[in-house]
Parts: sequence; C-alpha cells; structure tokens
Amino acid sequence: MALLRDEGSRVLATLVRTTGSLDLAEDAVQDAVLKALDTWPRTGIPRSPRAWLTVAARHRAIDLIRREAARSGKEAQAHTDLGEAPIPAPETVSDDLLRLLFTCCHPSLTLETQTALALRTLCGLTTAEIGRALLVPEATMAKRLSRARRKIAVAGIPYRTPGQSELPGRLRGVLAALYLLFNEGYTASAGEDLIRSSLAGEALRLCRLLHELLPAEPAVRGLLALVLLQGSRHAARLDGDGGVVVLADQDRSRWDRAAIEEGMTHLGIALRATPVRPDLYVTQAAVAACHALAGTWESTNWRAIVSWYDVLLTITDTPVVRLNRAVAVAELDGPVAGLAELDAIGPLPGYGALLGARADLLARLGRCNEAAEGYREALALPGNGAQRRHLRQRLHACAPAD
Amino acid sequence: MPQYAALIYETGDPDWSVIDTPEKQATMADYGAFGAAAAAVMRGGAALYPTTTATIVRADGEEVLTSDGPFAETKEVLTGFYQLECADLDEAIAWAARIPAARTGKVEVRPIIDFGAGPS
Repeated sequence: MALLRDEGSRVLATLVRTTGSLDLAEDAVQDAVLKALDTWPRTGIPRSPRAWLTVAARHRAIDLIRREAARSGKEAQAHTDLGEAPIPAPETVSDDLLRLLFTCCHPSLTLETQTALALRTLCGLTTAEIGRALLVPEATMAKRLSRARRKIAVAGIPYRTPGQSELPGRLRGVLAALYLLFNEGYTASAGEDLIRSSLAGEALRLCRLLHELLPAEPAVRGLLALVLLQGSRHAARLDGDGGVVVLADQDRSRWDRAAIEEGMTHLGIALRATPVRPDLYVTQAAVAACHALAGTWESTNWRAIVSWYDVLLTITDTPVVRLNRAVAVAELDGPVAGLAELDAIGPLPGYGALLGARADLLARLGRCNEAAEGYREALALPGNGAQRRHLRQRLHACAPAD
Repeated sequence: MPQYAALIYETGDPDWSVIDTPEKQATMADYGAFGAAAAAVMRGGAALYPTTTATIVRADGEEVLTSDGPFAETKEVLTGFYQLECADLDEAIAWAARIPAARTGKVEVRPIIDFGAGPS
C-alpha cells in the first residue's frame, strides 16, 4: 500500500530523532506497518494514518527499549515522554526527513550505500526492490544495508542537517540519492503503477527544502528544475486505465504549466551560474526543458537534445546516457542511425530500457521478428505492471499470436 | 559520549624521535598546537618509533614466534594515534582533519568499543 510506505517513512524520520536510533526506529515502524496491514482492512483506514502509525510505532519502540533493558539488566533510557509526545507538525516532519536524508548520505558511507539507505528509509522500498533499482543482488544489498546500520550506530553518524560550512561537501551524495528517489517515483521499479506520485512528490519537497538551505548552489537548482520539468508530465503519462502513454502520444495540454514555468525559471538561473563547467543535473534539466518547450512531438528540437546529451557525456559517460542519446538520434536522423548508436553501447544485462528502446526501433524498421524477441526479453525482466502491459501491447503489435 | 581512535598513517616510515630538520620541527610545533587545541576531547595518544624497530609476535601453543617489522613493503605505516572523546562522528572527523598528518598522510577514525556499555 503506497500510503503506508509514504507515511511510514515520515513516521520513521521523526522516530529516529526521538529515539536516537535508526535500527530501533526501523524495527518499530516496520512493526506498526504490519499491524496496519492487519488491522486497516477490517477497521478501514483511520482518519489520520500518520497519527495511527506514530502511536503504534512509539508503543513498539518503548516495548523494544524495555525488552532490551531487561535483557541487558540495565536501566531503560528515559523515553517515558515518547508515548505522550504530540504528533509532530508537518514542518517538523519535513525537517526530520531532511535530517534522515543527511544521515543516510553521510560521506563516511559509500555513495552506493547512501542511495540504498535513502531508498530504504525515505521510500520504504524493500531490500529486493532496492537491489533491482540499483542492479545489485538482494543478498548483497541486505548485507550492505545491515553493515550501514551498524556503522551509523557504533560510529556515531549524527542525525542532523549539517551547518552551512559543511553543506557543500555533503551535497553530492544527497543529490544523487534525491535523484534516484525521484526516478523511483517517476518510473516505479515494482508494483502495478507506472508512477509512484507520492515518492516523486517527496523528492520534489526534499529538493525544495535543500534549495532553501542552499539557494546559491546551481546543482540543487538544476535538480529542482529537472524534478519539476519531468514531473510536469505525470498526468499525461497515464491513460484512464493507468496505462502508459509515451511522450509522442501525450496530450500536452495536460502537462502542468505551473511546474514547467517554475522549472524553466530555475533552469535559466542554474545555466547562467554554470557557463564554463556544466553540471550533471542542470544539463539533464536542459534536456527536459527541450521537451517541455515543444508544443508538439513533431516540433521537438532533437538537434538541441542530442547536443545536450553530448554535453552530458562529457560530465558522465555512462551506458544509460548513451542509450538516451541514441533514442534522440533516432528521432533526428532516423531509426537506422539510432539503432547503430544503440548497438555500439553493447549489452546491458538486466536493463529493460535498452531492450525496449531497441525493440521500438526494430519495429519502426519493420523488423518485426527481432522486435518481438526484444519485447519478450524485456518482459522477462522485473518492472512495474503498467510498463509490462505496455510492452505486451507492443509485442502483440509485432507478433499478434503473443 | 563515544570515543574514537584517530589512527595516523604516513608514507616513508618517518622517525619522529629524531627532530633533525626544520620541516620536522615545524610539524612538531603543529602537533603541539593541535594537542593544546584538542585538550578538551583528548583522552590519550602516542607517537610510535618507525616500523624498523617493531617486532611481530605470534603464539603457537607454547612456542612464541617473533619476526621483524610489520611488512617491509607496506607503503603507509601507522606512526601514532590519538584517543578522542566526541559527541558524534562529525566532531571526530573535524578534529581528525586538524591532525597535521591529515595533510601529508591520512587519518583513520574508528569508534572505540565501550565494553562497559554492553553491545550496541
């Protein structure tokens, strides 16, 4: 249940602050979520799910603290106020989420661990889902997460937003984690729905908070612009049944104009602030802006988009960037050129987006058997239900028997 | 409050028992200044003679096996450490960064187990 996940991470963020232990808070919230899964179907969803979960998690936390105290024969730390504390105000919850984000993204943890922890604690993803999102086997991910929790506890990684002087150095990890967070919301790695809008919304909220903390930082503004511009298409990306509507077929009047305007403003300022050394997020926002500015699919400025991808390649030359560039090249110079670029990347095992993009180009070239094979391979990989239905439709168009 | 070991690693196996160059003299003065500044969090520490003076000890049943040095080809060697009591890792990192060797070598910050506090 998406609601439980989102409220769960908010309750967790506050409970980490009040108990001072990520481990304990995670256990307590997990217990509260299980209790809700058991109770709510019978009693209905409570009027304030967050208050319900907060109370349940606190009770469980107190229980765990007492049990640990009895086991070790020591006095329980004074958490007597835990049960009676008021349900925190929304601003406090936002601050707590930001604190949790900075704890997860502490530089003494590797970037991979930082993003995994953020997905676990801030998005409530399961270990298996995080493994899929980060292309790491589940067992490896489980080990990585438990090692990280232990390090946070014994090494004393603090639970606070760093001071102004430390902030810039702490930024890279936080931005990478937020970017992943948004991506998981934009295209869910599991579940039925294409979009987890609450997750994307959380990423946007955290971006805004970070921008308030660091208004002069172009990378933050760039990510905020990227999240706004990409997010502006949410409503148009789904049909009435929750099915995928690809960019070419979207009703552009359903794009969120206010988000686009705000995103363009941030992008303009960020671009002017990075004239010599382009930034990873500002450049990606520039690509998103090219789409946002096109009134129709046909009038899209593919030449500009390919150029921005060229800039992006100078910042980060990854197979995923090359894939996106190849898709743009297919629009600019035709599917043959795009396919040649795609095939130059080489295989990306387990990466469905490459298989899907390649099959789309093959289908456009009338190479139906190869396209169908690509769709079947993509369908064999995990993904969200909406994407799978979309792939099945594509497959059916190439191979009506399937 | 947690305690941390700030383990100092340097290249070239320096001998800090012999202060025979202006550079070493300046570094010693830096250590003096660091010690004074960190007095409130300092719980101990030591500077070590070079690894050429070290003896490796292993016990095999009743037999004591000794050998020379740690590893002859080790590029970075432990030359000293501080024991610091800090509020959290960030404070420990901030102090570790002020140890003179952080600029020329590196400092490893490790939490110290408090056996009195039980497992955490």
